[in-house]
Amino acid sequence: MMSVAAVRLEALSKRYGTVAAVDGVSLAVEAGECLALLGHNGAGKTTLFKLMLGLTRPTGGRLSVLDEDPGARAAVRVRRQIGFLPENVSFHDAMTGRELLRYYARLKDAPRGECERLLERVGLVQAAGGRIKTYSKGMRQRLGLAQALLGAPRLMLLDEPTTGLDPTLRDSFYALIREMTAAGTTVVLSSHALTELEARTDRVAIMKQGRLNVCGTLAELRRAASLPVRFRLTVPVDDGKRLAQRIGAGVNLARVNDHAIELTCPPAEKMAVLREIVTSGVAVEDIDIQPPSLDAVYAHFRNGEGPS
Amino acid sequence: MRVLFVIAAKEFRDGLRNRWVLAATLLLAGLALSLAFVGSGPGGTVGATRLAVTVVSLSSLSIFLVPLIALLLSYDALVGEIERGTMLLLLAYPVARWQVVLGKFLGQGAILAFAVVVGYGVAGLVAGLGAGHSDAESWRAFGAMIGSSILLGAVFLSLGYLISVGVREQGTAAGIAVAVWLVFVVLYDMALLGVLLADESHVITTGAVRALLLVNPADAYRLFNLASGEVAAYSGLADLGAQARFGAGVLLPVLAGWVLAPLALAAALFRRREL
Repeated sequence: MMSVAAVRLEALSKRYGTVAAVDGVSLAVEAGECLALLGHNGAGKTTLFKLMLGLTRPTGGRLSVLDEDPGARAAVRVRRQIGFLPENVSFHDAMTGRELLRYYARLKDAPRGECERLLERVGLVQAAGGRIKTYSKGMRQRLGLAQALLGAPRLMLLDEPTTGLDPTLRDSFYALIREMTAAGTTVVLSSHALTELEARTDRVAIMKQGRLNVCGTLAELRRAASLPVRFRLTVPVDDGKRLAQRIGAGVNLARVNDHAIELTCPPAEKMAVLREIVTSGVAVEDIDIQPPSLDAVYAHFRNGEGPS
Repeated sequence: MRVLFVIAAKEFRDGLRNRWVLAATLLLAGLALSLAFVGSGPGGTVGATRLAVTVVSLSSLSIFLVPLIALLLSYDALVGEIERGTMLLLLAYPVARWQVVLGKFLGQGAILAFAVVVGYGVAGLVAGLGAGHSDAESWRAFGAMIGSSILLGAVFLSLGYLISVGVREQGTAAGIAVAVWLVFVVLYDMALLGVLLADESHVITTGAVRALLLVNPADAYRLFNLASGEVAAYSGLADLGAQARFGAGVLLPVLAGWVLAPLALAAALFRRREL
């Protein structure tokens, strides 16, 4: 009987001396789910990947990956079903891309024919005969992705997979991830930017100084952040000042210039403020309402105002 | 088993690719050939078979060169991959840590064995066939010399992995490797000789000297090759060999122990190492 969670972390901690790289993280990733880990450099994302791979041992808490403790001897076999792309992946530069992929395929006991298919999938067929030391950053990243896909893994752990990829490649990368998760593969990836993840991952977990600050869907995160909504009104200058005075408590007058004012208010007050503007009798020429940007949501949790 | 072979084969191919195999083979062959020709000078007049003389000069060469080549191959095998970041990915594959150590040992051992067999083999054929009357015993001694040279190399490969897993930086590993080479190959014998010369009242027993010679793998190799049979007569070690009275039955297990113990320790330390 298999449990549903592909990855389960319970109060997981990892200390290096006095520094807590990972500090009491509890998290479950369901099979077929795509979870994104976000956070500063040094927030603990890479350490979390190393713990999940058994490359380093936790100093507290427990974890299971594909129903096995990654630190146990038996986990060697489990790793056949895991694809991993390290941050800033480095390869044996003297080998060609094809040689390298075949080497890793042999280690994973994956069929040899898969290499050509994967080289094609990541667009490296032409370059596959060249030495890796001649590859650009983006080509290395694609080769890294190809090796992570070897052996049809049940779980993919991808540390900063989209660095060095241009927007087109980034799109095709996320298309690939969608395909994988649709087929039941679980994906855990880390990223610096929340904006590129919009509509691309199921859930987002934001880490700060080793702690899991928040975890949820983007909609949940927006709600939890409760960042102010911004109104931009085009009005004659005197009317604008009058309007701002009239609306009063709970609303901030963010900026005023000759022909426009900006107001901010908590998301819950949005409709009330809107009604107030409309019924005020002030001649508003135009109105623009902006919800908080994803970057603002991310900055909010990353900088620690969130629940902890 | 399959994983061991994959890693070993990659190490050997790396050795071919970066010309290590070629360089080591040419170096050993070149020096061995010149020794074989020079060695025929003093030997010719006293009627020694040239092959027996070649065994003496080649094993003296091996004591210095083979450990050096082995340490140069192995000292950064683990720490180098850890520093370059390739180890991280390798260990994320279904590969046990001991398989990484043993696989590298087998692959680099094959590089060393190839260089010794081909390099010395060429010189042996030239010396042996050139003389025309090398007997079976000389050929046996020559074969034993090649085999034990590979074993000696394996000892220092193992020591190299132990160094490689015990340090954080490649540069440190290189420094320790040089020190290990100096101690085992040069300083140990000099110190032993110095102590024996200073020991005028014979506090140190013959037994102690024998034990001290056994402890150093380079000396075990020396005793194995230079202190037995016809070869001993030309090496000047017949007396020591007779005194020490160590046969292959003692010396080969000592060398094998020097291969296995550091290798096992390296694998155990590597298993505990966190990346």
